[in-house]
Amino acid sequence: MDEAFSFVFLMLASTLRVATPLVLCAMGGLFSEKGGIVDVGLEGKMLMAAFFAAATASVTGSAWAGVAAAVIAAEALALLHGLACITYRGNQVVSGVAINILAAGLTVVLGTAWFARGGQTPPLVGDQRLMPLFLPEAGDNVLVYVALLSVPATWWIIARTRFGLRLRAVGEMPLAVDAAGLSVAWLRYRAVLLCGLLAGLAGAYLSIGQNAGFSRDMTAGQGFIALAAIIFGKWRAWPAFGACLVFGLLDAVAIRLQGVRLPGLGEVPVQLIQAMPYLLTMFLLAGFIGRAVAPKAAGVPYEKER
Amino acid sequence: MQALTPAAAAIELRGIDKSFGVVHAVRGVSLRIEPGTITGIVGENGAGKSTLMSILYGLYRANSGEIWVGGRLVEMASPRDAIAHGIGMVHQHFMLIDTFTVLENLVLGAEGGALLAGGLAVARAELARLARDYGLSVDPDARVADLSVGEQQRVEILKVLFRGARILILDEPSAVLTPQETDRLFDILRTLKDRGVTVILITHKLREIMAATDRVYVMRQGQIVAERRTRDTGSEELAELMVGRKVRLDLDKVPVRQGEILLRTEHLSLIDDRGVRLLDDVGIELRAGEIVGIAGVTGNGQSELLQVLSGIRAPSGGRLTVCGHTIDTGHPGDPAQMRELGLAHVPEDRLRQGMVAAFQASETSILGYQNGPPFTRNYLLDGPAVGAHCAELMERFDVRPRSPGLRSSHFSGGNQQKLVLAREIARRPRVLLVGQPTRGVDIGAIEFIHRELVKARDAGCAVLVVSVELDEILSLADRILVMFAGRIVGEVEPGRADERTLGLMMAGAETA
Repeated sequence: MDEAFSFVFLMLASTLRVATPLVLCAMGGLFSEKGGIVDVGLEGKMLMAAFFAAATASVTGSAWAGVAAAVIAAEALALLHGLACITYRGNQVVSGVAINILAAGLTVVLGTAWFARGGQTPPLVGDQRLMPLFLPEAGDNVLVYVALLSVPATWWIIARTRFGLRLRAVGEMPLAVDAAGLSVAWLRYRAVLLCGLLAGLAGAYLSIGQNAGFSRDMTAGQGFIALAAIIFGKWRAWPAFGACLVFGLLDAVAIRLQGVRLPGLGEVPVQLIQAMPYLLTMFLLAGFIGRAVAPKAAGVPYEKER
Repeated sequence: MQALTPAAAAIELRGIDKSFGVVHAVRGVSLRIEPGTITGIVGENGAGKSTLMSILYGLYRANSGEIWVGGRLVEMASPRDAIAHGIGMVHQHFMLIDTFTVLENLVLGAEGGALLAGGLAVARAELARLARDYGLSVDPDARVADLSVGEQQRVEILKVLFRGARILILDEPSAVLTPQETDRLFDILRTLKDRGVTVILITHKLREIMAATDRVYVMRQGQIVAERRTRDTGSEELAELMVGRKVRLDLDKVPVRQGEILLRTEHLSLIDDRGVRLLDDVGIELRAGEIVGIAGVTGNGQSELLQVLSGIRAPSGGRLTVCGHTIDTGHPGDPAQMRELGLAHVPEDRLRQGMVAAFQASETSILGYQNGPPFTRNYLLDGPAVGAHCAELMERFDVRPRSPGLRSSHFSGGNQQKLVLAREIARRPRVLLVGQPTRGVDIGAIEFIHRELVKARDAGCAVLVVSVELDEILSLADRILVMFAGRIVGEVEPGRADERTLGLMMAGAETA
């Protein structure tokens, strides 16, 4: 009985641990996409944030300085994305991909130059990391709770506030927002910056919470999984959160099943389970969850003649 | 700086000038609009009416000129300024967010606080008051996507009044309405006027100017060419002023000599992926030598009917027979096959379906007919032959400028339409489908296009015309079919049709 309880508890904790960066990223992406800016660059922002979090924490010895650096790094990329997509009306997917490539390269180059460990940062110890708050065996650092809180906060902001109404409007029909005398660009910049903030926290969680240091490409596609979660959740906060948990659970199961022999099946290839989130996304999107209706103006730069 | 005249004009424009690149859209326009009146601004498409009003509403900035509102010189840098000066605009394409409720649309930009709850409650009360005062009732919690077009327009007007506007600009408000809805709109405008609101009505429909306004300005080529009191003028004079010469809006048509049935549909239906019935049991017969007009409010299945008849979409049920060849769900057609059978199609949306904007005119002139001689030899296009063909079409259909090498997008709407029509008629089709033959086309080109359609009919072609312009249907068609909600709800002879009965049928009222 006790053993069963402890198994469930550990699975839950492990799910939550894995899902935390997904949730933060998905909520960030939700703000951006609701405002009409497609963000393929979540991955890159998170990676850059993870690097600067670990680098700063290792140099200053403070985890909090690491978190701040992560947010600043992610916001810098968010501003770059905003500049390209909002001010200069560039293609949002191209800009996002560029940010991913930039982050993948820059983190390794800077890491090698500063720490000379093949792109890794020195291992973090003690106060350089975010430590579990209440349950040491669950790894519940502060960002896990931030991620949990970000879901109702995102829902509330989008559904219940003036900013949320305008954000939804600018993602559906920017022309109407303009005609109402509001600034389309300023609304979209705020959406992109909120996205940067949350992606920055997700990155910090990866390198100084869940792990003890940065290693190259440590995000491993989680930014894209977060995007898939947004689509799964049909651009709504709670369903997107649910999707993140499902992906987290699959990952937790994959870790648990490593090297385990199942009766009658033999050893399950871990790669298969690790591929599940991607397979699930493809299968479900191919028709099982029905039509996912994106904000109408998502991905379309707003142009008007002056 | 402030010149307070005894009775300040609601709006006064002085020397407004605006260019877009090489296009001089508005040239030194000055006008004066008295408070508490309905003023019409009339002109052809491209005369500069909408640009002028967009300048007044702060959407565009004029290159030069002054805007005076209520006797004060003001700066209109953005719609926010216009709203602050009590000016509101109802756009031709509604500025409503489909997924929002009426109430949410109403408060957007005037939420009254960082949280929505309070503002929405205030707006709800205000909406009830406006409904009482102006007779404009709409369900505040309905999603805009679920409202009829007439109701959506009412929401637009309410939005403007909600922001406290005392000056209301309406841009082509009747374009999407049935005649009855239009009458209802004019009733609303008169009520607004009685309550002291100043109304500016932009339109190219003279009947509406005559029916609703007190005073009218006529624009042509970016300039105000005349100002009249409505009761001192008439449609004929206004038409002449708009075009700058005498126009004949009636057509000489010889009586029909109906021939064999060239196109027939039986129980034709079309259902989309979401299960919505777009076409429902449509039965049409189209004979050689007649023009059949399809009337209806936009979005009642006319576009889908054209798509199915031209082979772009396969029917979900029923049969379609074109020149003796049958197409049903088991044997879907395609546009190329239809073309071979002798069916030509001038699509409604000429920029997206009729041509490729980036192509040269010569390429547009053979689009769909490019395979095989005389345009293709040994799998390669024969440039000189294509150019010569285009030059010949341009000569015959008076397309200006006569430059086959010019990009299609650089021609005016009327000339683009003439080129597309020329391409389709040149092959002497047996069946000709035409969607919105004169949408976005100036009056001069309208005359020409109408005459060409009648010529094709006299030559024995079976012509089907779909149009939202009732006048056009009435003057062109030998028989009129009315579509509503995907069904043919009635057939009328133009001689016996009047706008009222047609309007009732278009609105879905059950009449035979």
